[in-house]
Amino acid sequence: MIGEELWVYLRQSPLLWLTVTLVAYMVGYGIYTRSGKQAWANPLLLSVGIVIAILLATGTPYDTYFEGAQFVHFLLGPVTVALAVPLFRNLAQVRQALGPIVIALVTGSLTAIVSGVGIAWLLDADRQTVLSLAPKSITTPVAMGVAEEIGGLPSLTAVLVVLTGTLGSVIALPLFRLLRVRDSAAQGFALGLTAHGIGTARAFTVDDLAGSFAGLAMGLNALVTAIFVPLLLPLLS
Amino acid sequence: MLAAMTLLLACQLAGESLTRLLQLPVPGPVFGMIFLLVLLVLRRSTLALVEPTADTLLANLILMYVPACVGLMAHLETLEAEWLPIAVAVAASTLLTLVVTALVFRWVSGRAVRGKLPA
Repeated sequence: MIGEELWVYLRQSPLLWLTVTLVAYMVGYGIYTRSGKQAWANPLLLSVGIVIAILLATGTPYDTYFEGAQFVHFLLGPVTVALAVPLFRNLAQVRQALGPIVIALVTGSLTAIVSGVGIAWLLDADRQTVLSLAPKSITTPVAMGVAEEIGGLPSLTAVLVVLTGTLGSVIALPLFRLLRVRDSAAQGFALGLTAHGIGTARAFTVDDLAGSFAGLAMGLNALVTAIFVPLLLPLLS
Repeated sequence: MLAAMTLLLACQLAGESLTRLLQLPVPGPVFGMIFLLVLLVLRRSTLALVEPTADTLLANLILMYVPACVGLMAHLETLEAEWLPIAVAVAASTLLTLVVTALVFRWVSGRAVRGKLPA
């Protein structure tokens, strides 16, 4: 059958999965905008859900999907560099907030490491799982490096980083409303520190200032967590 | 747009090279971001060159995390084995970190505004 041949070609081709990624994102983002930007209509969760549903329904393995999706994934590098632009536009506010930045960075980073590791340890998780949790709030490449250094499982850490980022980006805005944290700088900084790039993406849906502080927090937390975790290791084990 | 994209990639390339040469735990693109920031401070005219492309990319930042997040499906078995401690640790720790960071940030900047602490 011609249809079958076409499908055999399409399911292996990067073109199909690249297109699926873009369409899923546009649908997910469309639902988010139409809902009046409600927290339940999280654009990342919707897009990811659509793609996973299609992959499961067609029996497509992740590796085949990634052949196409890697072109979008590659843009994570240049887009991180591009964070310098809003940071530059908001440089005056960043300079003014150096005190809050340094103090919130240290307390937030320690909270992320100690609470993640501590709770898993209390719940009797496997030692490797406990160690893999330590760098869960920072951006994937650094988190995997830290996990490897302390004897965790880098691939598990990668999953935990994505879970933390997704959850953080879903609960952050309702949580800030509850706590009456209305300052964009505080919202963005907490999002970027807790939920790295995924949180930064969410912060940009608030405004440019929140996005800038989130990008800054993401970069700084990657640095201090990479320093803190090996230092805390004797205490953690 | 082409010039802007080239500049972004060149900054990333410089960043990746630096972090490998010095064997630092910082990801290359983060250094790339610092390079671009320094460039913007030194030469304001760079802003007009990169701004439209940078803003378009950043407006669609969520899209770029889709492929990595779909990767969750490949690790479902790992998660199944220890789902309870993992779920509780990730959820409670994420919540706590958001609360602590946002409140500390607000508290310190509030004090700074009232002049009790240097900003």
